Amino acid sequence: MDRVPVLKIGDTLLVSIQVDMEDQTALQLQDDLAERIVATGCHGVIIDITALDIVDSFVGRTLSSIAAISKVLDADTVVVGMRPAVAITLVELGLSLQGIRTALNVERGMELLARGRGDGLPLPFDSDEDELTATP
Amino acid sequence: MTAGLDVGTPQAQSITRDEDVVRVRQLVRTVAVAIKLSLVDQTKLVTAASELARNTLVYGGGGDVLVSVVDNGRRRGVRIVFADQGPGIADLDLALTDGYTTGGGLGLGLSGARRLVDEFDIVTAAGEGTRITVTKWSR
Repeated sequence: MDRVPVLKIGDTLLVSIQVDMEDQTALQLQDDLAERIVATGCHGVIIDITALDIVDSFVGRTLSSIAAISKVLDADTVVVGMRPAVAITLVELGLSLQGIRTALNVERGMELLARGRGDGLPLPFDSDEDELTATP
Repeated sequence: MTAGLDVGTPQAQSITRDEDVVRVRQLVRTVAVAIKLSLVDQTKLVTAASELARNTLVYGGGGDVLVSVVDNGRRRGVRIVFADQGPGIADLDLALTDGYTTGGGLGLGLSGARRLVDEFDIVTAAGEGTRITVTKWSR
Protein backbone atom coordinates (compact mmCIF):
# COMPACT_ATOMS: atom_id res chain seq x y z
CA MET A 1 0.00 0.00 0.00
CA ASP A 2 1.24 3.48 -0.90
CA ARG A 3 1.40 6.16 1.77
CA VAL A 4 0.73 9.80 0.97
CA PRO A 5 3.43 12.14 2.37
CA VAL A 6 2.42 15.05 4.60
CA LEU A 7 4.69 18.14 4.43
CA LYS A 8 4.82 20.92 7.01
CA ILE A 9 5.21 24.46 5.68
CA GLY A 10 5.03 27.05 8.45
CA ASP A 11 1.61 26.80 10.07
CA THR A 12 0.22 24.59 7.30
CA LEU A 13 0.31 20.90 6.47
CA LEU A 14 0.48 20.27 2.73
CA VAL A 15 -0.63 17.02 1.14
CA SER A 16 -0.28 16.41 -2.57
CA ILE A 17 -1.99 13.20 -3.63
CA GLN A 18 0.03 11.78 -6.53
CA VAL A 19 -1.20 8.19 -6.70
CA ASP A 20 -4.46 6.44 -7.56
CA MET A 21 -5.31 5.65 -3.94
CA GLU A 22 -6.62 2.38 -2.63
CA ASP A 23 -9.37 2.94 -0.05
CA GLN A 24 -6.95 1.93 2.72
CA THR A 25 -4.45 4.55 1.54
CA ALA A 26 -7.11 7.25 1.87
CA LEU A 27 -8.01 6.09 5.39
CA GLN A 28 -4.32 6.00 6.34
CA LEU A 29 -3.96 9.60 5.14
CA GLN A 30 -6.90 10.59 7.34
CA ASP A 31 -5.19 9.04 10.39
CA ASP A 32 -1.75 10.46 9.50
CA LEU A 33 -3.16 13.98 9.15
CA ALA A 34 -4.91 13.85 12.53
CA GLU A 35 -1.62 12.76 14.14
CA ARG A 36 0.39 15.45 12.40
CA ILE A 37 -2.06 18.24 13.25
CA VAL A 38 -1.76 17.39 16.93
CA ALA A 39 2.01 16.83 16.79
CA THR A 40 2.74 20.10 14.95
CA GLY A 41 -0.07 22.35 16.19
CA CYS A 42 -0.61 23.49 12.60
CA HIS A 43 -3.84 25.43 11.96
CA GLY A 44 -4.25 24.72 8.27
CA VAL A 45 -4.35 21.70 5.96
CA ILE A 46 -4.10 21.95 2.19
CA ILE A 47 -4.92 18.88 0.12
CA ASP A 48 -3.82 19.16 -3.49
CA ILE A 49 -5.80 16.86 -5.81
CA THR A 50 -4.41 18.22 -9.11
CA ALA A 51 -3.11 14.76 -10.01
CA LEU A 52 -6.36 12.91 -9.29
CA ASP A 53 -8.33 12.11 -12.43
CA ILE A 54 -11.32 10.92 -10.46
CA VAL A 55 -12.84 11.55 -7.03
CA ASP A 56 -15.40 8.88 -6.22
CA SER A 57 -17.77 8.78 -3.25
CA PHE A 58 -15.22 7.06 -1.02
CA VAL A 59 -12.49 9.63 -1.61
CA GLY A 60 -15.09 12.42 -1.34
CA ARG A 61 -16.31 11.08 1.97
CA THR A 62 -12.73 10.76 3.23
CA LEU A 63 -12.01 14.38 2.28
CA SER A 64 -15.12 15.45 4.22
CA SER A 65 -14.01 13.39 7.22
CA ILE A 66 -10.54 14.92 7.11
CA ALA A 67 -12.08 18.40 7.10
CA ALA A 68 -14.32 17.52 10.06
CA ILE A 69 -11.52 15.91 12.07
CA SER A 70 -9.20 18.87 11.35
CA LYS A 71 -11.90 21.28 12.49
CA VAL A 72 -12.20 19.53 15.84
CA LEU A 73 -8.40 19.73 16.15
CA ASP A 74 -8.46 23.51 15.47
CA ALA A 75 -7.26 23.36 11.86
CA ASP A 76 -8.98 24.45 8.64
CA THR A 77 -8.88 22.29 5.51
CA VAL A 78 -8.80 23.52 1.94
CA VAL A 79 -8.95 21.15 -1.05
CA VAL A 80 -7.19 22.62 -4.08
CA GLY A 81 -6.58 21.77 -7.73
CA MET A 82 -9.76 19.95 -8.65
CA ARG A 83 -9.92 19.29 -12.39
CA PRO A 84 -12.99 20.56 -14.28
CA ALA A 85 -14.04 17.06 -15.38
CA VAL A 86 -13.80 15.88 -11.77
CA ALA A 87 -16.01 18.76 -10.58
CA ILE A 88 -18.64 17.98 -13.25
CA THR A 89 -18.61 14.28 -12.33
CA LEU A 90 -18.83 14.94 -8.58
CA VAL A 91 -21.94 17.05 -9.01
CA GLU A 92 -23.61 14.45 -11.22
CA LEU A 93 -22.67 11.70 -8.79
CA GLY A 94 -24.50 13.70 -6.13
CA LEU A 95 -21.56 14.38 -3.86
CA SER A 96 -21.58 17.75 -2.14
CA LEU A 97 -18.20 17.60 -0.33
CA GLN A 98 -19.87 18.80 2.84
CA GLY A 99 -17.81 21.05 5.07
CA ILE A 100 -14.97 21.32 2.58
CA ARG A 101 -13.53 24.62 1.44
CA THR A 102 -11.95 24.67 -1.98
CA ALA A 103 -9.54 26.88 -3.90
CA LEU A 104 -8.23 26.68 -7.45
CA ASN A 105 -4.59 26.16 -6.50
CA VAL A 106 -2.18 25.87 -3.57
CA GLU A 107 -1.35 29.60 -3.55
CA ARG A 108 -5.01 30.60 -3.28
CA GLY A 109 -5.54 27.90 -0.70
CA MET A 110 -2.75 29.46 1.41
CA GLU A 111 -4.41 32.87 1.07
CA LEU A 112 -7.76 31.44 2.11
CA LEU A 113 -6.22 29.87 5.21
CA ALA A 114 -4.41 33.11 6.14
CA ARG A 115 -7.67 35.07 5.83
CA GLY A 116 -9.50 32.36 7.76
CA ARG A 117 -7.22 32.84 10.75
CA GLY A 118 -8.37 36.43 10.60
CA ASP A 119 -5.08 38.06 11.57
CA GLY A 120 -3.24 39.05 8.41
CA LEU A 121 -0.15 39.14 10.62
CA PRO A 122 3.05 37.43 9.60
CA LEU A 123 3.07 33.76 10.55
CA PRO A 124 5.31 32.85 13.52
CA PHE A 125 8.02 31.35 11.34
CA ASP A 126 8.32 34.64 9.44
CA SER A 127 9.01 36.57 12.62
CA ASP A 128 11.60 33.97 13.66
CA GLU A 129 13.45 34.66 10.44
CA ASP A 130 13.25 38.39 11.05
CA GLU A 131 14.78 37.95 14.48
CA LEU A 132 17.57 35.83 13.07
CA THR A 133 18.51 38.40 10.47
CA ALA A 134 18.18 41.24 13.01
CA THR A 135 20.65 39.66 15.44
CA PRO A 136 23.88 38.91 13.62
CA MET B 1 -30.63 -7.08 -23.62
CA THR B 2 -28.77 -3.92 -24.52
CA ALA B 3 -27.90 -3.10 -28.11
CA GLY B 4 -24.43 -3.16 -29.61
CA LEU B 5 -22.01 -5.81 -30.79
CA ASP B 6 -18.85 -6.73 -28.97
CA VAL B 7 -15.75 -5.55 -30.78
CA GLY B 8 -12.49 -7.29 -29.96
CA THR B 9 -11.71 -9.41 -26.95
CA PRO B 10 -13.23 -8.37 -23.61
CA GLN B 11 -10.71 -7.80 -20.84
CA ALA B 12 -11.28 -9.35 -17.46
CA GLN B 13 -10.27 -8.32 -13.97
CA SER B 14 -11.17 -10.23 -10.85
CA ILE B 15 -11.98 -8.32 -7.68
CA THR B 16 -10.87 -9.91 -4.45
CA ARG B 17 -9.25 -7.02 -2.56
CA ASP B 18 -8.81 -3.26 -2.31
CA GLU B 19 -6.07 -2.92 -4.92
CA ASP B 20 -8.23 -4.67 -7.55
CA VAL B 21 -10.60 -1.67 -7.47
CA VAL B 22 -7.63 0.47 -8.54
CA ARG B 23 -6.88 -2.05 -11.34
CA VAL B 24 -10.47 -1.85 -12.58
CA ARG B 25 -10.23 1.96 -12.73
CA GLN B 26 -6.99 1.72 -14.71
CA LEU B 27 -8.36 -0.88 -17.13
CA VAL B 28 -11.55 1.12 -17.78
CA ARG B 29 -9.55 4.32 -18.29
CA THR B 30 -7.27 2.60 -20.82
CA VAL B 31 -10.23 1.34 -22.87
CA ALA B 32 -12.10 4.67 -22.62
CA VAL B 33 -9.03 6.52 -23.90
CA ALA B 34 -8.54 3.96 -26.70
CA ILE B 35 -12.00 4.60 -28.15
CA LYS B 36 -11.56 8.35 -27.65
CA LEU B 37 -14.29 9.13 -25.15
CA SER B 38 -14.20 12.81 -24.20
CA LEU B 39 -12.31 13.68 -21.02
CA VAL B 40 -15.54 14.33 -19.11
CA ASP B 41 -17.05 11.03 -20.30
CA GLN B 42 -13.84 9.15 -19.38
CA THR B 43 -14.00 10.70 -15.92
CA LYS B 44 -17.67 9.82 -15.48
CA LEU B 45 -17.18 6.23 -16.64
CA VAL B 46 -14.09 5.60 -14.50
CA THR B 47 -15.88 7.10 -11.48
CA ALA B 48 -18.94 4.89 -12.07
CA ALA B 49 -16.66 1.85 -12.48
CA SER B 50 -14.92 2.69 -9.22
CA GLU B 51 -18.22 2.83 -7.34
CA LEU B 52 -19.50 -0.43 -8.83
CA ALA B 53 -16.19 -2.27 -8.38
CA ARG B 54 -16.16 -1.26 -4.71
CA ASN B 55 -19.75 -2.50 -4.33
CA THR B 56 -18.75 -5.83 -5.90
CA LEU B 57 -15.99 -6.13 -3.30
CA VAL B 58 -17.78 -4.80 -0.22
CA TYR B 59 -21.33 -6.07 -0.74
CA GLY B 60 -20.82 -8.91 -3.20
CA GLY B 61 -17.82 -10.37 -1.41
CA GLY B 62 -15.72 -10.05 -4.56
CA GLY B 63 -16.44 -10.96 -8.15
CA ASP B 64 -15.43 -10.38 -11.74
CA VAL B 65 -15.35 -7.42 -14.08
CA LEU B 66 -15.43 -7.65 -17.86
CA VAL B 67 -14.61 -4.61 -19.98
CA SER B 68 -15.37 -4.58 -23.71
CA VAL B 69 -15.65 -2.22 -26.64
CA VAL B 70 -19.06 -2.25 -28.32
CA ASP B 71 -20.27 -0.81 -31.61
CA ASN B 72 -23.91 -0.06 -32.51
CA GLY B 73 -23.14 0.85 -36.12
CA ARG B 74 -23.03 4.59 -35.45
CA ARG B 75 -20.99 4.95 -32.31
CA ARG B 76 -18.53 3.03 -30.22
CA GLY B 77 -18.80 2.58 -26.52
CA VAL B 78 -17.34 0.89 -23.47
CA ARG B 79 -19.42 -1.81 -21.80
CA ILE B 80 -18.54 -3.06 -18.32
CA VAL B 81 -20.09 -6.03 -16.53
CA PHE B 82 -19.74 -6.42 -12.75
CA ALA B 83 -20.75 -9.86 -11.51
CA ASP B 84 -20.69 -11.32 -8.02
CA GLN B 85 -22.10 -14.38 -6.25
CA GLY B 86 -22.93 -12.44 -3.11
CA PRO B 87 -26.18 -12.10 -1.19
CA GLY B 88 -27.89 -10.10 -3.97
CA ILE B 89 -30.09 -7.06 -3.46
CA ALA B 90 -33.48 -7.76 -1.86
CA ASP B 91 -35.10 -4.37 -2.50
CA LEU B 92 -33.70 -2.91 -5.71
CA ASP B 93 -35.78 0.27 -5.72
CA LEU B 94 -34.56 1.08 -2.24
CA ALA B 95 -30.93 0.29 -3.15
CA LEU B 96 -31.16 2.70 -6.09
CA THR B 97 -32.36 5.54 -3.86
CA ASP B 98 -29.88 8.36 -3.20
CA GLY B 99 -28.61 8.19 0.35
CA TYR B 100 -29.72 4.62 1.09
CA THR B 101 -26.93 2.40 2.40
CA THR B 102 -26.51 -0.81 4.36
CA GLY B 103 -22.76 -0.51 4.52
CA GLY B 104 -22.07 2.78 6.24
CA GLY B 105 -21.21 4.61 3.02
CA LEU B 106 -22.90 7.66 1.54
CA GLY B 107 -25.48 5.64 -0.37
CA LEU B 108 -24.44 7.21 -3.66
CA GLY B 109 -22.53 4.34 -5.24
CA LEU B 110 -25.32 2.59 -7.12
CA SER B 111 -27.61 5.57 -7.75
CA GLY B 112 -24.69 7.88 -8.62
CA ALA B 113 -23.08 5.34 -10.95
CA ARG B 114 -26.39 4.98 -12.83
CA ARG B 115 -26.46 8.74 -13.48
CA LEU B 116 -22.89 8.71 -14.82
CA VAL B 117 -23.45 6.17 -17.62
CA ASP B 118 -25.71 6.00 -20.69
CA GLU B 119 -27.10 2.51 -20.07
CA PHE B 120 -27.50 0.74 -16.75
CA ASP B 121 -28.87 -2.76 -16.34
CA ILE B 122 -29.04 -4.73 -13.12
CA VAL B 123 -30.03 -8.34 -12.52
CA THR B 124 -30.20 -9.43 -8.92
CA ALA B 125 -32.22 -11.43 -6.44
CA ALA B 126 -31.78 -12.25 -2.78
CA GLY B 127 -29.28 -15.09 -2.50
CA GLU B 128 -28.46 -15.12 -6.20
CA GLY B 129 -25.73 -12.55 -6.60
CA THR B 130 -25.74 -9.36 -8.61
CA ARG B 131 -24.86 -8.61 -12.22
CA ILE B 132 -24.65 -4.99 -13.34
CA THR B 133 -23.98 -3.97 -16.94
CA VAL B 134 -23.18 -0.36 -17.82
CA THR B 135 -22.38 1.26 -21.17
CA LYS B 136 -20.99 4.67 -22.06
CA TRP B 137 -21.17 5.71 -25.74
CA SER B 138 -18.88 8.10 -27.57
CA ARG B 139 -20.59 11.33 -28.62
